[in-house]
Amino acid sequence: MLKITGYPDRYSAEPGETIAFKVSLEENDRFEARLVRVIHGDANPQGPGLKFRHIPSNADGSHPGFAQSIDAGSYMSVENFPPLDAAFTFYTMIWPTLLRRDDQTILAQWDDKSGTGVHIGLKAGGYVTVTLGGPEGVTQAVAPKAMVERQWYALAVAIDPARGTVRIDQAPIIPYAMSDDRVAADFALSPAHAASGLMLAGTRLADGTVGRHFDGKLDSPILLSGLHPASLQDRLMRTPRDIELGRSLIAHWNFSRKIDTAETVDTGPYCFHGKLGNLPTRGMKGWNWTGEDHAWTRKPEHYGAIHFHSDDLYDAAWETSVAVTLPDDLPSGPYALHVSCGPSDVDATREDYISFFVTPPRDAAKRGTRPKLCFLAPTCSYIAYANHAEHITARGVEILMNRMVHFGHSDLWMYEHPELGGSLYDTHADGSGVAYSSRLRPVLNFKAQYHSWLGGHGSAVYQYNADTHLFDWLEEKGFDYDVITDEDLHRDGLALIEPYDVIMTGTHPEYHSTAMWDAMKAWIDRGGRLMYLGGNGWYWRVGFSDHWPGAMELRRAEDGIRPWIAEPGEYYHSFTGEYGGLWRRLGRAPNVMAGVGFIAQGFDFSSYYQRALDADNPRARFIFEGVPDQIIGNFGLVGGGAAGIELDCITTDLGSPTNMLRLASSEGHSGFMLLVNEEFGPVPPNLGGDQNDRVRADLAFGETAAGGALFATSSIAWCGSLSHNGYDNNVSRITENVLKRFLDPLPFPTSPDTDGA
Amino acid sequence: MVYKITAEADRQYIEEFREAPITHHRSPGLQRVLNVMRLYRGGDQYILIARKEFQDYVIGRMPPLRDEPIVIEDDLVLPSREAAEWELFRRRWHQITGETIALNYEEKPA
Repeated sequence: MLKITGYPDRYSAEPGETIAFKVSLEENDRFEARLVRVIHGDANPQGPGLKFRHIPSNADGSHPGFAQSIDAGSYMSVENFPPLDAAFTFYTMIWPTLLRRDDQTILAQWDDKSGTGVHIGLKAGGYVTVTLGGPEGVTQAVAPKAMVERQWYALAVAIDPARGTVRIDQAPIIPYAMSDDRVAADFALSPAHAASGLMLAGTRLADGTVGRHFDGKLDSPILLSGLHPASLQDRLMRTPRDIELGRSLIAHWNFSRKIDTAETVDTGPYCFHGKLGNLPTRGMKGWNWTGEDHAWTRKPEHYGAIHFHSDDLYDAAWETSVAVTLPDDLPSGPYALHVSCGPSDVDATREDYISFFVTPPRDAAKRGTRPKLCFLAPTCSYIAYANHAEHITARGVEILMNRMVHFGHSDLWMYEHPELGGSLYDTHADGSGVAYSSRLRPVLNFKAQYHSWLGGHGSAVYQYNADTHLFDWLEEKGFDYDVITDEDLHRDGLALIEPYDVIMTGTHPEYHSTAMWDAMKAWIDRGGRLMYLGGNGWYWRVGFSDHWPGAMELRRAEDGIRPWIAEPGEYYHSFTGEYGGLWRRLGRAPNVMAGVGFIAQGFDFSSYYQRALDADNPRARFIFEGVPDQIIGNFGLVGGGAAGIELDCITTDLGSPTNMLRLASSEGHSGFMLLVNEEFGPVPPNLGGDQNDRVRADLAFGETAAGGALFATSSIAWCGSLSHNGYDNNVSRITENVLKRFLDPLPFPTSPDTDGA
Repeated sequence: MVYKITAEADRQYIEEFREAPITHHRSPGLQRVLNVMRLYRGGDQYILIARKEFQDYVIGRMPPLRDEPIVIEDDLVLPSREAAEWELFRRRWHQITGETIALNYEEKPA
């Protein structure tokens, strides 16, 4: 089990800046810390082993620590809401999604310390409850009939707190035959003593946290003074507003307003605007969605719902444990704060590497002479996979991996702490997809040493830790490089990468925002040389928001390998209003960017490349200098070969430049390397690599019209082969040949009549 | 209907699996047996727990709902992933066919 973990307040910082680390200890009250350069995070004894270099800093030494917890679950709060001490009626449209959970909150004006106030909730099984707390104690009314999951209901609750009278009216929007879920019931409870403030989908608890969360959608919550019949709800939601009813209006929250923000708008006379906590999902279809439009930007009145989840998490909000000021002369690169609270053993891991990147200074006066090589750290992909828990939340992973599902100490800890929040691959407890992922929390798989359940047999590294194979190789070969992260590129655009001649990707740069895509394409079109050292890149569109800094949004729309599928009508990002999904379905297939695009996926073993005819093309001579081999990469730490996990190939129909050379293609894949679903219509019986020659990675090269070039390995596993045989192997040699030529300022030829190679 | 594993028809694959519990290519017959064995049909799911990566493994059972703890069988420590695969194969074979496989897994040099 994990006894110490933490996270930084950002994923990139410049020399001289201070970065805050938030650490939690489950044992002891102090921890040791030191800043390290991350060189190789893969502990596989078949490889070079763990490599870190200590960087003296003010982090060195012992620091006090304690256990920090996470308060997950989304909600809306209105802090200045006055006490509901006179009779009132609450209306809302409601779509519950997790009725096996008990004690959920729809609306609360509740003082948990004194047990006073009003609470409207849901009991396990789907029964609406009304709880009044006052001088005579706490009493509760329970609706006699339950709601059904994922059905819309009109709910009206009329309460006279002073007299203790309650009426619950519950009506399904779609009346099914033989159903029995309509409620119209009166109750007599003890009077309530009014509390203050108001919350939806959560209740403030005595310890200051928010609990008793609701799972499901709420739409158009309304408060009226006085006791009113349920039949008024239709009139209340009409536009323009009924003037007569408007005189009784206390609040009417219209969730279709300011969808891209953390606020909710009260259209009532008192403007009791709400604040959202822990990033519930917005841009959600409301009770009245008809399908006539699928974009909340065009038909906001059909998107008046917010989907709250009891396991939503935006910001763990841990206290800072140590603030590290980065040395002014610290080179750009991958770093981590190593923290430990004792020696690890078979029962517990008592150390952690809290990862981040040091970027070059933006201030031109401080930049000095920079290297011409940049590693674009795929932090969007790291965030997308943050705390990837399909091995916990999705069953049947064993059959996909073709071997037992691996759990390390981190995974056991993750299992016990669902409040860590899921990745964009996971589903919430109610089965809906996780559409937002935040880096403001411990991310257990963004760490050196993390052995992934998803990686290929052998090292089983994935994303960040797989990228450390490349960090190690660059270090070993003595190449100087800068690091820019995806988020940096999203924020600053082309200007940030313009100074570099060569950009190297990580092993799996899958997620990109529109701003990142545009900047990268502009850089390539202006002569950049891209070394795409991975597979399945530029696959999904994601979005960021200034209202929720540190979080990223994804809608798994339409097509692609989707561990969950967005609901029809919910394909547009709430953060940006952009249509989500695969870049390929947006007319920007990865082939347009990298020359190759996604073709196959398999997680058991990797294979090798067979040299192809284009390898002997004079344009490719520099790539194969000193590499006469027919077979390339029949070795490696990730699945035993250089071609594995996820593969790409050249497809000119999807936008691969017509001049791309197919230097080599992988073969010999197992039946578990499968053609991806966007590549076929009718399902063919020969999806596996043992029966389908479309299942292959193309080692590819092509010049661009601006004198730049593209080089693609088309495989996530490539970098796992770099260190084989003391870094002396054909994968390493090819990578080095390409990098050296790409760093040569001599332009690549742009017509058949010139020879720049 | 999903293929039904029987001792008579599938006994031939036991030695193939023992020879290489984790491997690149298998006979289609053995792969079918493994796929059927690994189908999730509800209940606890077997998992592999690395107490020390690359050195020390135990088998665990993950309940259907996360509210319940993972059961860790730390009375049986296995030196490799392959040994764990073999142990699980033996259990499933017994569960499906009623037959006990007495053979142990022999570690191969790395």
